[in-house]
Amino acid sequence: MNNTHLTYKKRSHGIIPYVFVSPFIISFLLFFLYPTISTIIMSFQKIAGPGDVSFIGFKNYQNLLNPLFFTALKNTTIYTFWTILVLVPLPIILAVVLNKKTTIGRNVFRSAFFMPALTSVIVAGIFFRYAFGEQETTFINAILGKFGLEPIVWLQQKSTGMFALVVLCTWRWLGVNIVYFLSGLQNIPDELYESADIDGANSFHKLMHITLPGLKPVIIYVITISVYGGYAMFAESYTYWGTSNPGGIGLTLVQYIYQTGFNQNDMGFASAIGITLLFIVMVVNIVQLSLFGYFRKEED
Amino acid sequence: MKKSVAFLLILVLTLGIFVAGCGGGKNANQDTATNDPVEQPDTNDKNENSEPAEEDSSPDKEAEVTSLIFWTFQELHKQFIDDAVLTWNEKNPDSPIELVTEVYSYDEMHNKLLIALQSGVGAPDIADIEISKFANYLKGSTPSLVPLNDYIGSDIEYCVQARFDNYAKDGKYYGIDYHVGATVMFYNTEILDQAGVDPKDIVTWDDYVEVGKKVVAETGIPMTTIEITDQWTLYPMISQIGSDIFDSQGNIIIDNEDNIKVLQFLYDMVHKHKIAIPAPGGSHHAEEYFAFMNNGGAASVLMPLWYMSRFVEYMPDLDGKITILPLPAWEEGGYRSAGMGGTGTVVTTQSKHQDLAARFLAFAKVSREGAIKTWTMLGFDPIRWDVWDAPEMSADNKYTDYFGKGIFDMLLEIKDEIHPTNIPEIYPAAIDIIKRDVVFKSIREQSLTPEEALKEAANELARQQ
Repeated sequence: MNNTHLTYKKRSHGIIPYVFVSPFIISFLLFFLYPTISTIIMSFQKIAGPGDVSFIGFKNYQNLLNPLFFTALKNTTIYTFWTILVLVPLPIILAVVLNKKTTIGRNVFRSAFFMPALTSVIVAGIFFRYAFGEQETTFINAILGKFGLEPIVWLQQKSTGMFALVVLCTWRWLGVNIVYFLSGLQNIPDELYESADIDGANSFHKLMHITLPGLKPVIIYVITISVYGGYAMFAESYTYWGTSNPGGIGLTLVQYIYQTGFNQNDMGFASAIGITLLFIVMVVNIVQLSLFGYFRKEED
Repeated sequence: MKKSVAFLLILVLTLGIFVAGCGGGKNANQDTATNDPVEQPDTNDKNENSEPAEEDSSPDKEAEVTSLIFWTFQELHKQFIDDAVLTWNEKNPDSPIELVTEVYSYDEMHNKLLIALQSGVGAPDIADIEISKFANYLKGSTPSLVPLNDYIGSDIEYCVQARFDNYAKDGKYYGIDYHVGATVMFYNTEILDQAGVDPKDIVTWDDYVEVGKKVVAETGIPMTTIEITDQWTLYPMISQIGSDIFDSQGNIIIDNEDNIKVLQFLYDMVHKHKIAIPAPGGSHHAEEYFAFMNNGGAASVLMPLWYMSRFVEYMPDLDGKITILPLPAWEEGGYRSAGMGGTGTVVTTQSKHQDLAARFLAFAKVSREGAIKTWTMLGFDPIRWDVWDAPEMSADNKYTDYFGKGIFDMLLEIKDEIHPTNIPEIYPAAIDIIKRDVVFKSIREQSLTPEEALKEAANELARQQ
């Protein structure tokens, strides 16, 4: 009696964990691993039509050496650079301010900053697309007009186009990064600040020597996801320009994948761009993480 | 005990999810079911006038209703096809059909269809494919579309042949267009009157420039706008002059002398004569442009005839102020139009009712009734020119209210002045390059001369080929 009960117990313990993780395992295999492997295979193929597939070796990868790919790579890298440059320091400062108990209405500001992250990129993108319209009456140009400035054709010049992209990204992700940094700030013990006060440190010193070092893990995390986010950017550029990017000013790597795959029905080449993008992102992040000494820490 | 209770709970929950899922499915079915009666009373209404008693019993007993699925990216096309179904069922009581139309956004529909055809499952019976994407679906040795030659039959004699060649491969026609897309000039008569000029005096492009100078001098309003991020200014003019992006063998000729002449002409209109400006928002479909033009921003615009619906929809203040005329010719006696744009409706090989779907499609778009409906319902210039002088074509509708009558008299004049366009496999890439680089770099950015911009485009196309 006792014995059978035990084996039953054992067996059930053996199966149930797998049952509970199976949704993840199945969706991982089906929607992640399988597509990844078939993308790698497709990147070596020429896919002309249904049932018309042939292996062409590294030809798709050789084709990558073209001006469009480098434009896309350049745009994506510049975009990622700017988003990191804006979306790390700015949220840190705002988080420090919002973390102060003396700040008035800090809960209101916390949710106000976070709100844009809840909107869809498309909705926000369309709003900004119109805000950056080129007439005098559009939102941004009207503001410029108040200061006596000439209206600007925002979305048809390289620099202003990039500016519009970074503004949209900042607007959407500022609040999320503030939340990350706020939670990071809460992990810094108050005693450190108290003893700094005793030693006579001013607020700047406290920021540089307590807050920033204390936030380092969060900063590393935010930069890592920003690199992924920046290199994967597509929807923002798509809502601004659709598929006709004047002069390629908003052409990103993912948009290049989209155009090659869907606009020109060249799935093989599109897969090759995708795999290359994966490697680029991995390399950038490994370099970034090792610069921050992330791997060294683990070895210690 | 506790375990079995927990197990029961899980079972119930899982079942619950399944049931909920099925429930959703049922609801969805009910939705379509409730949609049908809305449409069916129409049929009944129409038939009641003739033979109501027969109609009541016929659908159930005589023939089984075949259900077809139609994908489109244009809400207006849904109305057109739904109407064609009603007419079809009236005329073919032995093979009635029921059409379920699914309207998606432009990109979404083309992507979905491409993937469905590529993977071999999930494609609809009938679908709309826009011309600049069409070549994607003809790639490979065996396109997944049904050749329609037999269904079009001898009716093709009465159609503008060039519109079928756009969707052909190896002599087989895979798509049927909605319209000719004759490119015309829309003039704002209010502005031209103010400048004291008559657009009917314009014969050649040189005349057009002269008139433009007068308009700018008198009113300060630019004569026209040029598309920077779309192809509808450069491409029609290239076609009009007798050139193309590709020759009939598919060789790249985008950088030939004629094309350089056209792009240089556009450049001169903007930067030398100062009678044209880049279209606000970059294209004639940008919201900025609609507002600009509606406020009398430019004296004319070159667009295909299907652009009429944009005037009616988005530029209400120009009602009665727009007159439609043929394009100025490159030289006296030269061609005065170009066939631009289009959407080929196709039948996929995944359809279980290919024959019926193809017969219906030909009926809906190539028959006389169908062709007339493309005008009365959609405001398109029908691909069948033999209906252009039919009495229905001069009846009042929202387009004649806006633009005045006589549109088709003008069209009949230019029907033989349209060059065919060549659409090889690499066509989508060529359109991409025109929209992205050619006009933008030569006219907006001025980083390349017109000649350099076209040479660069030719090199890029050659690389992709």
